[in-house]
Amino acid sequence: MSTAHSSAHGDQPVMTGVVDGVATFDPSGAFDEHRPPDAALVGDCVHCGFCLPTCPTYVLWGEEMDSPRGRIYLMKGALEGEPMTDSMAGHFDACLGCMACVTACPSGVQYDKLIEATRGQVERNHRRPLRQRLLREAIFATFPHPRRLRLLRGPLRAYQASGLQRVVRRSGVLRRLPTVIATMESLAPPLGPSSSARPLPERVSARGTRRATVGLLTGCVQGAFFPGVNAATARVLAMEGCDVVIPRDQGCCGALSVHNGREAEAKKFARAVIETFESAGVERVVVNAAGCGSSMKEYGELFADEPEMAQRAAALAALVRDVSEVLVELGPVAQRHPLPVTVAYHDACHLAHAQGVRAQPRELLNAIPGLELREIAESEICCGSAGVYNLLAPHAAEPLGDRKAANVLATGADVLVTANPGCLMQVATAFRRRGAAGSAIAMAHTVEVLDASLRAVPAETFQKRSLLQK
Amino acid sequence: MATTAQRRPRDLDRLAARLRTVLGEGAVITDRNRLRTYECDGLAHYKVTPAIVVLPHTTAEVAAVVRACVDERVPYVARGSGTGLSGGALPSAEGVLVVTSQMRDILETDAPGERAVVQPGVINLHVSKAAAPEGYYYAPDPSSQQICSIGGNLAENSGGAHCLKYGFTTNHVTGVELVAPDGEIVRLGGKAPDPPGYDLLGAFVGSEGTLGIATEVTVRLLRAPEAVRTLLAAFPSTDEAGGAVSAIIAAGVLPAAVEMMDALAIEAAEAAVHCDYPQGAGAVLIVELDGPAPEVEAQFGEVQRHCRDNKAFEIRIAADDIERALFWKGRKSAFAAVGRISPDYIVQDGVIPRTALPAVLRRIAALSDGEQGQGTEGPSGVRVANVFHAGDGNLHPLVLFDESVPGEAEKAEAISGAILDLCIEYGGSITGEHGVGADKAKYMPRMFTDDDLDTMQMLRCAFDPLGLANPGKIFPTPRLCGEVPGRHKGVHPLAASGVAEVF
Repeated sequence: MSTAHSSAHGDQPVMTGVVDGVATFDPSGAFDEHRPPDAALVGDCVHCGFCLPTCPTYVLWGEEMDSPRGRIYLMKGALEGEPMTDSMAGHFDACLGCMACVTACPSGVQYDKLIEATRGQVERNHRRPLRQRLLREAIFATFPHPRRLRLLRGPLRAYQASGLQRVVRRSGVLRRLPTVIATMESLAPPLGPSSSARPLPERVSARGTRRATVGLLTGCVQGAFFPGVNAATARVLAMEGCDVVIPRDQGCCGALSVHNGREAEAKKFARAVIETFESAGVERVVVNAAGCGSSMKEYGELFADEPEMAQRAAALAALVRDVSEVLVELGPVAQRHPLPVTVAYHDACHLAHAQGVRAQPRELLNAIPGLELREIAESEICCGSAGVYNLLAPHAAEPLGDRKAANVLATGADVLVTANPGCLMQVATAFRRRGAAGSAIAMAHTVEVLDASLRAVPAETFQKRSLLQK
Repeated sequence: MATTAQRRPRDLDRLAARLRTVLGEGAVITDRNRLRTYECDGLAHYKVTPAIVVLPHTTAEVAAVVRACVDERVPYVARGSGTGLSGGALPSAEGVLVVTSQMRDILETDAPGERAVVQPGVINLHVSKAAAPEGYYYAPDPSSQQICSIGGNLAENSGGAHCLKYGFTTNHVTGVELVAPDGEIVRLGGKAPDPPGYDLLGAFVGSEGTLGIATEVTVRLLRAPEAVRTLLAAFPSTDEAGGAVSAIIAAGVLPAAVEMMDALAIEAAEAAVHCDYPQGAGAVLIVELDGPAPEVEAQFGEVQRHCRDNKAFEIRIAADDIERALFWKGRKSAFAAVGRISPDYIVQDGVIPRTALPAVLRRIAALSDGEQGQGTEGPSGVRVANVFHAGDGNLHPLVLFDESVPGEAEKAEAISGAILDLCIEYGGSITGEHGVGADKAKYMPRMFTDDDLDTMQMLRCAFDPLGLANPGKIFPTPRLCGEVPGRHKGVHPLAASGVAEVF
């Protein structure tokens, strides 16, 4: 053991700056030379610790190496030549990528960029245990492929409708299955009849005067498991005066891949999405899933080493908006009908922390007559969904989900509203674990609530339509 | 420490194995990369990788760790959230770092009795949050209150913006359970105020981990004030702002907090949190009054008058809690925010008499403008941002530098030391609330004589004769308790006069 710095004042370690810059990048360590985390960004961290209380893994475990500043420390070591060990990779993998630390950091450390670069390094330079590898392959062979997900709907719905799900859940057999399979089973939301998953038309015309032409990203999980959200989005946009273009052949935006260090795959998906919407003739690309929106806004950076593509990517990224942003930008024209419900609004991490979109959804909800908005305690802490994190790390995701569910129920609201399909599934699962206490609350996407108000659907009907109604 | 200098890794392996049997596999860290994440606290200039990190959950586990360290003669250092700014939790290279971040239960909130009993790893702000539903809060509020731990606050006797009116941590701790340096579990005080006998609790609070490890802390809860009013006043320079502070205090108004930031600190805060302070201000004051509504109302008018009399060109009054939070956000983020305007910086902490504020600020400005500082080879051109608890004269100059420019770090440290000399020259102190830790041990002789330091050392040795508890902190020249201290050749004067005994 030694002090990290040689001595200039007798036995005192010499002062060398803050979390001092990386001495020199050593590619013989954990990281290769392809886009290592930027040493200058690592050096921005002053080690104040303000990020710790908002970091979900620090909240859970109280350990430095599973905190943002601890992970930055690990990155610094890796850049300086520390080898990629199981423990190092494990602490990077344990990060949910919720970016609450980016919001909390007073020094402006760009942890989002750092962890993204690091994930790519882990993906290339670390061999995970076999089970983890197989699981990841299975996830990435399914989730980013809307068509494959839609194919899953049939068997899943049959399973749910047959009553087999109840039997299986009651039998306790799930407890004997590997946690991840049990988690996958439990996360699938109750699915409606297949008619509800019918594809949307390619163009929905504006009601009244056209104010904008927008494209709609239908997403993978959103499209397959929550088709009602896409339909509601299209209706609301049309009622607010938008021509909505919904390209039929759009694929995955690449968010799951980019958030898990699968750079080449992410680029492949992103390129296709860019091409699809470039030619769609739209002024805005509207996204209703927080994770998708956040990574699409960063398309420019994804192609940083391909100048020509980077330009096109950045141009498209500039058009991307969350549905709540676009609706607030446009301003309301359609009539809001009363909806007498109490709503707890849950900030999806990739909307609040990654995109800074907090005010707009609240503004939209508050503008609905009769609706009462309640804030959730610890709103900045992730629910544990985090893309596919709840499938990869259920041991961490489950207690976070329980914590979120308890805070949501404490609001006493009728409906939990959020803007991300992952959060909906994650919190729904946590509610289900609570049994009767959890089933009292309905769940919806922000735009579904707005849709109900615009179409004057009575609150009761709306709640009957809720995702979790048993 | 001489006892550990030749320690072989094998001894530490044996200790780690023993600790694993007591705490379990997951609570003992020896993996190099994991250890390195613990090599510094909030003062990242100093880094020492510990040999072993342990994460105990209970008092009994802490005691077992300390006993094991005593048996193996291995030094140990306690650490809470790792946000300290004096390197108080800097590890020993051949020692154990005892991290209390998993001892984070609030054991009791007794609002009618105005006390809370908490584990040492509980975050400062969480105490107030737990007491809030009953209308109570915990008063000491370091700027890092969202993350710093009560155990760390106790060790460093931390202050905060509201200490002007409410006092420091020591005024808010009535009892502590601690593991003494020999591993014994001891209770000092309790829920009652001011127990009879020697004030051992007073000695323990602020002892920076050298007298034992706190494992349970009983703190005061205060009734949340009926009214709180906060204003932000902008002045042409720190001179006028300092004048306003003196006028307010001289008028007999005791604000809950009076905070000042100079232009450079404002620039940093703006860059970080967009607090939208008035444009062109050479200094801003944040003045907060709390208490019974009629009193606050009357005094608030008086405060505004004193600000205007001292050339405040804009006064903003927080209309609600959101605006108040925004005023404070700029101030509380200031340290870390400086990272936005400078690659590296030193946070200094010194105290001067409030009345000397304008004079000392001019001297600091002179130091950074390149004039020679007192007793230092005054380098020039080093920028100093100033943030302070103006009401009680607690300065936090932030010395900015770029480590990648050769010589800048040394220059900055020289300026930083010269500022402390100024504090002593004006009758102040080398630390207000961050503690001495590793960082300021070298400045202790500037403030205390050898006799003073030897006397303190004797108190320490009474608790920790083996010198294993947080060695190398507070005292400039660590020595064994049996050693004849300092330059004294004969019997220590205090020992000769029977006042004290050399162990």
